[in-house]
Amino acid sequence: MPLDQCIIGLPSLAVGAWKPFYGAMDERLNDKPNGTGGEVSLNDLLVAVGEQRDRTAFAAIFGHFAPRIKAYLMRRGADQQTAEEVVQEVMVTLWRRADRYDPGQADASTWVFTIARNKRIDLLRRERRPELDPDDPALTPAANPAADDVVKATQDAGRIRSALRVLPDEQKELLHMAFFEDKPHSVIATERNLPLGTVKSRIRLAMTRLRKELREEG
Amino acid sequence: MMSVRVPPESVAMPTHHPHDELLVDYAAGACGEGEGLFVATHLALCPSCRTRMDVYEHIGGSLLEDVAPEPMSTGSLDAVMAMIGTGESAPEPARAPRPAAQAAGGPPLLPRPLRDYVTGDLAALPWRTVMRGVDTVSLALADRRVRARLLRIRDGVAVPTHTHAGSEYTLVLAGGFTDEHGQYLRGDCAISDQEVTHRPVADLGEDCLCLTVTDAPLKLTGRFSRLLNPFLRKF
Repeated sequence: MPLDQCIIGLPSLAVGAWKPFYGAMDERLNDKPNGTGGEVSLNDLLVAVGEQRDRTAFAAIFGHFAPRIKAYLMRRGADQQTAEEVVQEVMVTLWRRADRYDPGQADASTWVFTIARNKRIDLLRRERRPELDPDDPALTPAANPAADDVVKATQDAGRIRSALRVLPDEQKELLHMAFFEDKPHSVIATERNLPLGTVKSRIRLAMTRLRKELREEG
Repeated sequence: MMSVRVPPESVAMPTHHPHDELLVDYAAGACGEGEGLFVATHLALCPSCRTRMDVYEHIGGSLLEDVAPEPMSTGSLDAVMAMIGTGESAPEPARAPRPAAQAAGGPPLLPRPLRDYVTGDLAALPWRTVMRGVDTVSLALADRRVRARLLRIRDGVAVPTHTHAGSEYTLVLAGGFTDEHGQYLRGDCAISDQEVTHRPVADLGEDCLCLTVTDAPLKLTGRFSRLLNPFLRKF
């Protein structure tokens, strides 16, 4: 994580103020076999926000994610000002919910992505998003409880990233559009001069490929 | 003394799942409320699709990492720091429990996403009879472009052969039905469009309860609908 990104918009907080903290994180990371630096420390920063209400860690989280969430919102059609307002809401929600963040369930980027996604629906589309309740007694449990753990967050985030890299460009591009551009499949199809069925089948192919990559690597 | 270990009662896993585009749309936040209700309810009943959804949400997280950042304006962190400094930033309480809508003892019949739309006892809902042995009740969606309903088919009753003007998503909640394409039990999804003609028959032994989500007559669903929506609102 580039250090300078962490102090954007916070002239009063010098890098040195949270550097010892970051250093301590790094030392702990060395003990972890698959520690990849950036992502793992983001997870740890988020845990520190949740457990210790650590504002320095929060500022670092803000520095990393706020500009990315803003880019995400703008790619999906929000103007500068609206995007910034929604980013602020996302960050306040992140602060309030960080005590529920579990690095064993999702890596920080994925967790933050889901909050940003839901806020966008809530505030920009003004719609309700029905959500799974993981504590629902009606939840059908996995036959083999370990099956729910097939995707083990921290290392799997890295594996999914490398699996995404080996997708054919045409599939990668479609996934990118699906997540980051506010375009219906039909518009994607028209723009690419592709039949709608082809757009859908490429998305299916990409997913099959990703799942295969994950199985083979795991 | 020998102890006898009783294996946990096996729960049938769904065998008919939503297609990847629908799950990806849900992960990406591109689903409307009706399709979202359908997917979220299926997820509650289907561990394997929960695992798929984990993978798809990780794709969102990965793409967020890779996006070219847009710098925030000066002072935005200070503004957020001020917002979290006030009382309103206390940790968020967990979601309030909702009435279970039926079933003392066993797990509730309706998974959580649906219970947010169905309050109280199933039997007390304003059911409307469509034909002999088939009753339906509408769920109040904020999204008027699609309709969500519970459908109750008495066991052994055959629904007349039909096709669909738009798309119809059916999720079995109790009992089961069988049509030309196979048998559908709790958690199973049947997704039909104009090209599908079928004649579902409710399985014997138990009434079949389903969630159905259908397009409005104008066939405005999913991503396509949002394109037309701004124009339609003017009428």
